[in-house]
Order: sequence, then structure tokens, then C-alpha cells
Amino acid sequence: MGPQTYNSFFTVHGIIMIFVIVIPGLPAVFGNFFLPIMIGARDVIFPKLNLLSWYLYVLGILTVLTSLFTFGGAPDTGWTFYAPYSFKTTTNMFPAVLGAFILGFSSILTGLNFITTIHRMRAPGMKFSNMPLFVWSIYGTGWIQLFATPIVGITLMMVIAERFLHIGFFDPALGGDPVLYQHLFWIYSHPAVYIMILPAMGVISEIIPTFARKGIFGYNAIVASTMAIAVVGYFVWAHHMFTSGMSTTAQFTFSLLTFLVAIPSAIKVFNWVATLYKGSIRIEVPLIWALGFMFLFMIGGFTGLFLGSVATDVHVHNTSFVVAHFHYIIFGGMGSAFMAAAHYWLPKMYGRMYNKFWATVGWATFFIGFNVLYFPMFILGYQGMPRRYYDYLGQFHNLNVVSTIGSWILATGLIITIVNLIRGARNGPKAGMNPWEGRTLEWTVPSPPPPENFDVIPDLTSTSTAH
Amino acid sequence: MFSGASNFVAGVDTAFMLIFVISAIFLVGITAVMLYFVYRYREKRNPVPTEIHGSTTLEILWTVIPTILAMVMFYYGWKGWIPIRHAPKDALQVTAVARMWSFNFEYPNGKSSNVLNIPRGKAVKLNLKAMDILHSVFIPAFRVKQDAIPGKNNFLWFISDKPGSYEMFCTEYCGLRHSYMNALVVVMPDNEFNKWYNDTTGRTTGADGKPGNTKGQAGAMLIQSKGCIACHSVDGSRVVGPSFKGIFGEKVTVITAGAERTITVDEDYIRRSVLEPSADVVKGYRDGQMVSYRTELKDNQIKDIIEYIKTLNGK
Repeated sequence: MGPQTYNSFFTVHGIIMIFVIVIPGLPAVFGNFFLPIMIGARDVIFPKLNLLSWYLYVLGILTVLTSLFTFGGAPDTGWTFYAPYSFKTTTNMFPAVLGAFILGFSSILTGLNFITTIHRMRAPGMKFSNMPLFVWSIYGTGWIQLFATPIVGITLMMVIAERFLHIGFFDPALGGDPVLYQHLFWIYSHPAVYIMILPAMGVISEIIPTFARKGIFGYNAIVASTMAIAVVGYFVWAHHMFTSGMSTTAQFTFSLLTFLVAIPSAIKVFNWVATLYKGSIRIEVPLIWALGFMFLFMIGGFTGLFLGSVATDVHVHNTSFVVAHFHYIIFGGMGSAFMAAAHYWLPKMYGRMYNKFWATVGWATFFIGFNVLYFPMFILGYQGMPRRYYDYLGQFHNLNVVSTIGSWILATGLIITIVNLIRGARNGPKAGMNPWEGRTLEWTVPSPPPPENFDVIPDLTSTSTAH
Repeated sequence: MFSGASNFVAGVDTAFMLIFVISAIFLVGITAVMLYFVYRYREKRNPVPTEIHGSTTLEILWTVIPTILAMVMFYYGWKGWIPIRHAPKDALQVTAVARMWSFNFEYPNGKSSNVLNIPRGKAVKLNLKAMDILHSVFIPAFRVKQDAIPGKNNFLWFISDKPGSYEMFCTEYCGLRHSYMNALVVVMPDNEFNKWYNDTTGRTTGADGKPGNTKGQAGAMLIQSKGCIACHSVDGSRVVGPSFKGIFGEKVTVITAGAERTITVDEDYIRRSVLEPSADVVKGYRDGQMVSYRTELKDNQIKDIIEYIKTLNGK
């Protein structure tokens, strides 16, 4: 593999994973399926709009894939499309940017649909004050999708206008400012990280009480922290740009706010651990994934502190430290939560149970491989290895080899897990209506749920809590 | 983990250690409590769960304590950063020119070098100049990093007390040969630095515009200092663009506005390639990798380069 191929690989990896997989992942798969059931509704409020979201999603993917196979070659700018390089490269920038733009619309419409559904479609007695926490997390996410995504949309339109009409927004050669591009890009892309992680936190807030077999500890605190993240998360974006030469006032403000946005996440972790206290804990596969989530998410969160603090961020910025931090949050965090959700809800979605032994083996392999793969990158980054490097100096060699071995272990774990899930969904033993003795509404309907979920809309006015 | 060599190392590493210790205590503590609860309250041992809906005292405690700790970490991170932003006025001013894919350093006396030689114990200010796209100057051993942005005057400064050589990397992704865009920073004792700094025999055409004595020497210097060498080798090996070795007078196939044609590499062709790199691209090489040197090279300098390229024939 030559440097050009390598550069295209990390670019396309970023675009596909961020825009196609991680952002829509949890909301689209589990949100669409379980949001209506969990609030006692037959479907989302705008089913046709939902279908349009799906069409736009497919169209967006096809557009992104076009960039790979047509003349000019796959884009090589990194998923951030930083100006002015993104205007100078001869690779297929246009389809990649357009694809991200279309996927953005899919995301906006999904957010809009979910927010409206939550406001208008709750069953009698299902109040905001007793709504399941997964629904709350989807609600917070929906507002971020609705407010933040249009900014990246307009930014990508500006890139297209600049590239084809030569209007100088960002390219200094045309009188533009490349730092303005970075601001606009991160005003969306930092909140986008919360689009990725909030639903994951929602999943964990469902799974832990179910397997501790008691209610969540600190419901109100978890709801408040979800909404705090959704709001404060808008105002931290420039911590991606501490080395761009912006004013010290801006650096002070963004660093301070970045430390503040860490607090709600910490509050969630404390409440999850407290939920385990005096529970009667069943150690099942979804709980194992959730506990793994907590560990990896904590490492991701704590290493984020180094990136919020200006002095340390400047040292590790754009090194493999950042790559490791981000993957701990998104892959270790959101990825583990996705797997936790899959193991939690698969029996409901398919009515069948997977093999629990192989599921545990899959998790253990994933967990070991994950840490062997990403932990060395923290050390490499602190030692100064820049990211997006096709080739590196000799002193970085050994840890990179360790990392590569970790990637093989991780891949093995993922294959075991996915194969086991598919086999379970097809041929596993019947799971029954409520295999985990869960308390939320999805466990009151047959597995798999019938079309339109409920024959009769449930009435919760008499029950005290749904969460 | 590895040694530092500038006046900022203590401030940055203190913040780093502080955050590391606080994080490690919390990570180990929370994980231990979590695992203990899973063990202590497993179904077999504790068959009946106790409902606990929350505790205001605990919520306040675990909001307030982390907030205080976060503010302490914020403060140390800020304290370590402030001196990096304030360069002393009497610092040695060096211009760091970053371009795809090389660094070059220009000193006040017109000296130019692709190694950053600096005197020990003296403040050095690097004024960052990006010629084409974004780059970023990172010296891990000094704990400093700053983006070089076209049209913006960013800077770095530092004092190093430890003679030795240190790596400088480009840390803003800049295309094909990003990972090869690095340079050495050499910290020298005063007398050694002065000897090097005042030795102007190896000086390029920068200040007075006069070429060196041997044929092609001025051109040889220029292809170093202007970064041509990052993409065009002088030994026949293929990097990004065609090698300079033996190319003069050769017939080559070029792509002109999408059509192939054969031309001879002469003075006019080289001049055009310097000023309009996309006009005639040698077949088999990618367009869009080079920017025009119209604002950077004077006509006599281009002539010097051509003279140098001629000397590479038949060696």
C-alpha cells in the first residue's frame, strides 16, 4: 500500500464510519424499533418522513461510494475536509462532500421525527417525568441533530460553491480564511460526537437497572445530565483548534467549557454504579457489554481531559493520542453500547436467543483486542507520533506492532460476536416475551412485536413508574 | 516517559501528571467499586433487590467534587499554556517556511537551512509561514505545536538548555507526503552556533541575490531551500514528480489540457513548469501536487535552478 492509498483509506474510513455508521447507528436501528414501543405508540408520528430519511440515507451512501470508484480516485483529505487542501486535491472531493450533505438531511429528518413522536405520541400516563431513559437520550440527540446538522450542511454547500464558483470563503488564495472553515466544521462535528454517544448512554441506562433488577438510581440526575450534555456540547467545539492561533480569550473559554461538559458524563457513571448497589444482579451478556462500556468510556472520558486542558492538548493535538481517545469514546463506548443493545433487544426483535457462551467469548476477545489495539496509541501520541502518518520513525515501531496485533484480536472478537448474533436470530431457541424480566413497555408485547406494536394502546395512568 | 528539552516542559508535564493521577485514581476506584457491587450483589448472594431511587446528598457530592477537580485541572492546563503565548522581544527571529512537503528555516542574516540550528539557552521565535496549505509545526521534546496557516502570522517560541538533536514533525495533514514532512532541531552550544551562523560561504541567493561561485551551486541551494527536493530527486529515484537527474534535453510525453503530446525538456519547459505546474504534466505523474512558484522565485533564480539541472546530466 502506497501513501496515496493509505491517505484515501483513513479518509474514507472516517467518512463512512462517522456519517454512515456511527451517527445513524443507534438511533436508526434501535430508535426506530423501540422508541415507539417504549412510549406505547404504534409507530413514529411521520412514517412517510421516516421512509424519506431512509431513502436519503441510501442515496447518501451511494453518493459516498461513488467517490471511491470513479475517476480521480478516492478522496484523500481526511474526514474533516480541511481547507484549503480540500480545494487543491484532484481526488473525488465532490461526491464525498455531497454524500455527507445528503446523509445530514437524513439525520435532521430523523431527529425531527423522533422529537415530535416523543411530544405527541406518548401513551396515557407516560409522562416526561417517567419516560424510559433511552427515550430521553433519543430526545436529547434529536435536538442536536435538528440544530447542529444544518451548520455542516451549509458549510459543505460553501465548500461546493467555493470549489465550483470560486467564491472565496475559506481558501486564502481567494481571500478566504481556512480557520473559519474549521470553526464551522467543528460547530457541527463536536456536537455530532454527542449525537453518537448520548443514545449509547441511554442504552446503558436501560440495561443496568434491568439486570440489577431494580429501578435506576438518580433518574432525574441522569435526565438532567443528558439535557446538559445536549446544551453545553454546542459550546466546546474550538477545543479542536487550540493550535490554530486563535485568541487566548477564546482558548480560555473553550477550555473551561470543555471541562464543564465532562461533569454530566461523570454524574451518569456515578449513578450507573450506584444502581448496582443492593441490586440482585444477573450477569448476562448485555450487562457484560454494559460494564465493558463503562470501563472503556471512562478511559475515553478521562483522556478527554488532557485534550480539554490547553497546555496538554497542544502537546498531544493531532497525534495518535487523539485517535486513541476518540476510538475509546466512539468504538469502545458507542460500539460496546451498540453490542449491548443488540444482545439486549435481539430476543425481542427476532424472538430468539443467541448462544450465551459464544457471546461472552466474543465480548472477551473484543475487549482484550480493543485495549491492545488502542492503548499503545496513547503512549505513542504522548511520545509525539503524529496521526495520519503513512510512515513513522523507528522509535515508534514496537508499539505500532503491538497495536496491529491488537487489531487482529479485535477483529476476531467482532466476527465471533456478529456470527453468533446472526445465528441466534435465525436458529436460536425461542426467547419468549420477556427473557430479562425487563420493566419497560417493549417487554409487554410478543417477541417479535406484531405490526403496529400494540392491539390496544397501553394505559399507564395507574402504574407509578415506567422506567 | 521521554525527556523534555525546553522551558515549557515543566509546565506542560505538571498539568499532564496532575490530570493523569486524578484520572487514574477515579478510573481504578470506580472500576473496583463497580466490580465489587457486581460480585457482592449477584443474584445468588442477594436474591432480593432493594429499591433505592436516589440520594440528593450523593448527587450534590458527586457533582461538586468533580467540578472542583475539573477546575483545578483546567487551571494547571491554562497556567502551563500562558508562557507559550508570550515570546520575549529579544528572541532570535527565525522564519519557518512550511510547504508540501518540507520545512526550511530563514535566519535574520539571510542564512537558510533545512535543519533548525539554534543556540543553547537563548530564546528563539519561529515565525510560521505556510506557502500552500495548512501545516503544523510540532517539536515533541519542547512540548510546543502551532499551525502554519497561509495568510496568518502564527508563531512559536522556546528556550532549550539541552544540546542535542530533536525531531520536528508536521502535524496537520497535508497530503501525499505528509508523513515525510519532518526536520531536525539541533540545539548547539553558543560558540558552535555562532560559528555556523556566521559562516556565510554556504549561503544561498536569499539576501544579496548573488549566485555562488561554482556552476549550478546557487541552483543546488535553491532546490533545497525552496523545497523542490521534497518531490523531485536528484538521483533518478521516483518521489512525487519526475527526478531532475538526466531530464534536461530528454523527450517526454506530457498531458496538456487533457491531451498527450511529446516535448523536449528545455529551459522554457522548466520555466513553465515552475510557474504553471499544471500546464504540462509529465505522463504517469499526478497533477495538482505542486503550487506555482511565481511569487517565490525570481527569474534569475529560475535560471540558477536550470543551470543546476543541466549539471545533473551524464553524471
